[in-house]
Amino acid sequence: MNSFKELLTIPRLKPIARREALQGLAFISIWFIGFFIFTLIPMLATLAFSFSNINLAQEEALRFVGFGNYQKMLSDSSLRNALGVTLKYALIALPVGLAVPFAVAVLLNNKHLRAKGFFRVMFYLPYVIPFVAGIFAWGGLLNPEQGWINQTLEALGVQNPPGWLNDPLWVYPSLVILGLWGIGSAVIIYLASLQGVPTELYDAAKVDGAGWWATMRNVTLPMMSPVIFYSLVLGIVGVFQYFLVPLVVTDGTGRPGGATMFFNLYMYKTFFTFQNMSYGAAQAWVLFILILVVTIFLFWSSKYWVYYAGETREG
Amino acid sequence: MATKQANETLAPTRTFSARLARGLREPSRSFIITFIVVVLLAFFLSPLLRITLNSFKTPSQVAELGTPLYPAKARVVEYQGKEYEIYKVPFAEGVRELALYKKGRATSEFIDPANLDAPPIVWTGAWRSLDRAWEFAPTLTNYQQVWDLLDYPRLMFNTIALAVIGTFGTLISNILVAYGFARFRIPGKQLLFTIVIATVFLPEAVTLIPTYTFYVKIGWIGTWLPLLVPAFFANAFDIFLLRQFFLTIPREMDEAAKVDGAGPFRILRSVILPQAWPAVIAVGIFHFVYAWNDYFAPLIYLSTRPDLQPISVGLARFNSIYGNKPELTQAGTILTLIIPVIIFIFMQKFFMQGVVITGVDK
Repeated sequence: MNSFKELLTIPRLKPIARREALQGLAFISIWFIGFFIFTLIPMLATLAFSFSNINLAQEEALRFVGFGNYQKMLSDSSLRNALGVTLKYALIALPVGLAVPFAVAVLLNNKHLRAKGFFRVMFYLPYVIPFVAGIFAWGGLLNPEQGWINQTLEALGVQNPPGWLNDPLWVYPSLVILGLWGIGSAVIIYLASLQGVPTELYDAAKVDGAGWWATMRNVTLPMMSPVIFYSLVLGIVGVFQYFLVPLVVTDGTGRPGGATMFFNLYMYKTFFTFQNMSYGAAQAWVLFILILVVTIFLFWSSKYWVYYAGETREG
Repeated sequence: MATKQANETLAPTRTFSARLARGLREPSRSFIITFIVVVLLAFFLSPLLRITLNSFKTPSQVAELGTPLYPAKARVVEYQGKEYEIYKVPFAEGVRELALYKKGRATSEFIDPANLDAPPIVWTGAWRSLDRAWEFAPTLTNYQQVWDLLDYPRLMFNTIALAVIGTFGTLISNILVAYGFARFRIPGKQLLFTIVIATVFLPEAVTLIPTYTFYVKIGWIGTWLPLLVPAFFANAFDIFLLRQFFLTIPREMDEAAKVDGAGPFRILRSVILPQAWPAVIAVGIFHFVYAWNDYFAPLIYLSTRPDLQPISVGLARFNSIYGNKPELTQAGTILTLIIPVIIFIFMQKFFMQGVVITGVDK
């Protein structure tokens, strides 16, 4: 990429072009100033912290500890558990987070459905509800004794309905259910892109005798793959940083039995409860690198499975 | 030739019968698919229904088992200065609603609320197995209590102030930055834009500790500044949304204004903004809802100042104190979500447009 060098050509531009470039830079500099102050400098400071021994809980002379904090992570079993918790949750949350909004969008796109506009608005509605309020609303529904879900299950003859948020295993599906109120945005995006699939493709598939499933697999899914890719990337970035819901649900205790001690929650505890700034900083950088690696991998893999209409496909 | 003709004569009949079959099938298909979606939606929104209903119930109704789903109170009848509860009593000729007058193990005596002077009716059976008669009776006391306990007017003022100031900053800064990206020829602009978009993937945790430490040093903890100042420096999502929209506005109009001697701010104000208002409104309401929803930043920066906290932090605190009084916490939850929901209902068109611009044009 020569783009950085391109920036340096500004002084050599003709006066009119130079004025335009400088005016434009003045406008976009608002973001870059904020980026330096609130993102780049703190990020580098976090990196510097991670190689030091800054710890507000115990006063020690400041010194450079090299990779000490990173080595400590390798032998920290609580951290390993926290990473495991995050992965377990991700294994349920990611597929559900992709499939449920997709399925809802396909349903809402059905040409036989009446009152489409109404349903679209209603499925989006909970997206604007503050998540703290959403947690308390779903929490009541999931209540093992008084919640409607278990009352319905008992009425249907289920002997021991799950303990939901109180059960170390059921807590993950419960958290996924708590997250369902956030699907609105994804539903609208999928719906808009479903409507963007050219009808000629469906007509062609029909002529070729393709059934519902074959059409879905060979027309709809490939045409939707850029949007699915977008959701997947944002979903993964989000799931690595997931902790706000368990923080509110369990007051940050990680109950039941540490099952909700997510990686990010552990990290914030390291900062705010144990006040071990340098160790927390190292965890933050590991998280950043994990996200970076996964994102780069996804972008690399996208050329094999994401289809961009109008571009020639390689290979 | 002959076969072709035969086909032509056949064709209309075939389409007619197909249309007839479809005409018969269509309503029932519509019904089935609409029914499925209604059931799904009912499940999806049931938490909302449950807390709405519960927030109007008395504490005793929430705690008691076997009470109706809707806010209700047991019907009673006054007889000789005393209140008697009304039960649904089955008789051979049908169920009658009678007041329990004298409780007994094997037989009980009931009086008819419609005819109090008649002698008591004796019914054989265990009165405990009977269902009570209920009447719809919502109570507003939960809301009255929560209003004060939650210090609702204070929280509401904080939330609205934070949301309005933050929305103002977000709009100004993002409009300017998006304008810079959409309308100026800058060498290397593509790379700069890529950097902006890449920050979507940055985890917040990686900047938190130094930022927090810095805010402690400059005395911003316990003030609104950490929540408001960053909003004035634009963000990747809103820049992207506005830039996409600005790009759809024909350039010729800018050029014409430029020829007339209009400067960049003038062009932005008189040419771009009047055509971009759907996107501008979308960014504004998204930020407003975001600010209403924001929990973690106000939690850590305002933990020492409950009087400055917004409603989401206030609600979480309220729930940890009054968790054993569900009727109160549910009224509080309703009070928290009601304003974003009302805004959404009036502005839903702009929400939908905004989502589509950011999500699909990527």
